[in-house]
Amino acid sequence: MKQILNIENITMKFGSLIANENVSFEIHENEIVSLIGPNGAGKTTLFNCITGFYKPFSGKVIYEGKDITGVTTYEICRLGITRTFQIVQTLKEMTVEENVMAGAFLKSKSRKEAQSIAEEAMEMTDLTKKKYILGANLTIVDKKRVEIARALATKPRILMLDECMAGLNQTEIKDVMNLCLKLKETGLSLLVVEHIMEAIMPISDNIVVLNAGKKIAEGIPSDIVNNDEVIKAYLGDKYHAKSQKS
Amino acid sequence: MVKNKKTLIILIAVIGILPLIIRSDSFHNILVLLIIYATLGEAWNIVTGFAGQISFGHAAFFGIGAYASSVLFYKFDISPWIGMLVGGILAALVALIISYPTFRLKGSYFAIATLAVAEIIKQLFVSWDFVEGATGISLPIVNDSWLCMEFHSTKLPYIYIALGLFAIVIFLCSYIENSKMGFYLKAIRESHEVAESIGINTTNYKTAAMVISAFISALAGSIYAQYVLYIDPFMLFTLDISIKIVLLTVLGGIGNVYGPLIGASILIPLSEITRVKLGGTGRGIDLMIFGLLVIVVACYQPKGIIGLVDKLQRKAKKAGEGKVEADS
Repeated sequence: MKQILNIENITMKFGSLIANENVSFEIHENEIVSLIGPNGAGKTTLFNCITGFYKPFSGKVIYEGKDITGVTTYEICRLGITRTFQIVQTLKEMTVEENVMAGAFLKSKSRKEAQSIAEEAMEMTDLTKKKYILGANLTIVDKKRVEIARALATKPRILMLDECMAGLNQTEIKDVMNLCLKLKETGLSLLVVEHIMEAIMPISDNIVVLNAGKKIAEGIPSDIVNNDEVIKAYLGDKYHAKSQKS
Repeated sequence: MVKNKKTLIILIAVIGILPLIIRSDSFHNILVLLIIYATLGEAWNIVTGFAGQISFGHAAFFGIGAYASSVLFYKFDISPWIGMLVGGILAALVALIISYPTFRLKGSYFAIATLAVAEIIKQLFVSWDFVEGATGISLPIVNDSWLCMEFHSTKLPYIYIALGLFAIVIFLCSYIENSKMGFYLKAIRESHEVAESIGINTTNYKTAAMVISAFISALAGSIYAQYVLYIDPFMLFTLDISIKIVLLTVLGGIGNVYGPLIGASILIPLSEITRVKLGGTGRGIDLMIFGLLVIVVACYQPKGIIGLVDKLQRKAKKAGEGKVEADS
């Protein structure tokens, strides 16, 4: 598979606080990469560095061979990388359809065209029935769906989902998992930040684990669950059964 | 959208016929001012209603328009129609110069900048001898003519000139609202981050909105100057006008193409009537009453009077839908 996004040695500092330190990994065409790690590991910061919200202190983001480090957010989106937000940002005074259309206008000039792109994105995310509801009046799961649909409507090649399952119940999580797999089938690559392991493990092709800003592990899900470093990072040294034995 | 167009045409036709039925000079006077203010409200609405960037300085563009056409007419005998365009372009340039740097910053810098710029421009005109400084310009009186945009025997032509501009502007606004630009401006209003993340160059779109808005405001300014035939910096560049534009749009319905017209239809008659009936002692009473109305609206329906209408319509629709579901 072809690589489309390379993260090379990204370091991001806020004053003396190092949020990301030398993080590198790749995303290939048509795969789901997950970024996991405990709270404060620097996942969202890394997201912001990739999407141009922050300019990284050092390191590079390479998209299809082009260096896009520090390029503005809207240009990155135009190139084909679109993100959603951890704290859902529904456009409140606009209906679901209008929310999604706002995204769809990136690849179309006319209202009709935007409407048909939006239609597709809403179909994909099960929002068609709710298209006339105002953003402000949606439930949390639907707001998250709108986030995804709006991002999808920009027709990205890489979709970046920032904790789109947090706060959802079991069935809703299942829906989002299925959605991720459906999106992968359509040829997209996904970069997913998530806390919920039982959701992440079955769908990921590759997992990158961050802890305190550093990448501590990378690999396929079955390797990650058995990785000592990862277990320690999540449970702490004290509660790590294996380390107690030794 | 087709329905919207029909409503707009009917609305403009009604305003066009009204002065032919009610042939009173004071009514005609109110109507001219009302239409001019409604036009200003529409212009302001593009920046603040659609794009969510609060401007407290629209009087500056209004004044620039008034001055441009007046100075060209007074000094060089150039038709106000050409002056109008020149004013529009100048105002658009000023808007570009203010907005581009301030829109790159987030937060309320833009609102503060507009406030400051309007005041700076006023001081500039007060001390600028070429435009007669604080004395102001009395436009030369000529015989009634369309070319010079002066009519003394009747106010009807002014009504139709203002209405013509208003019609163009309201159609433009409703076009913008339904176009890519409208969606983008609204997305920017709702969330700057989301707008950027879905590929919108927020600075450019906000600046474009401001330039269009300033251009329209200046055109309205030229018509106003030709109507009152006397201008000075204190009547044009006042905060009073900027605030009136804000208030009437907020009362009518911010972000809605009908909002400014509704707001102007309440504020302008109110201020003209209190001015005539109470004279000098009544100064400000209109704004007091209006302020009260705005507070009431802000508390109960932040989207203004049009929001109230929408709410009732939606309720009626929902009740209708419920019925259908119950029947099936």
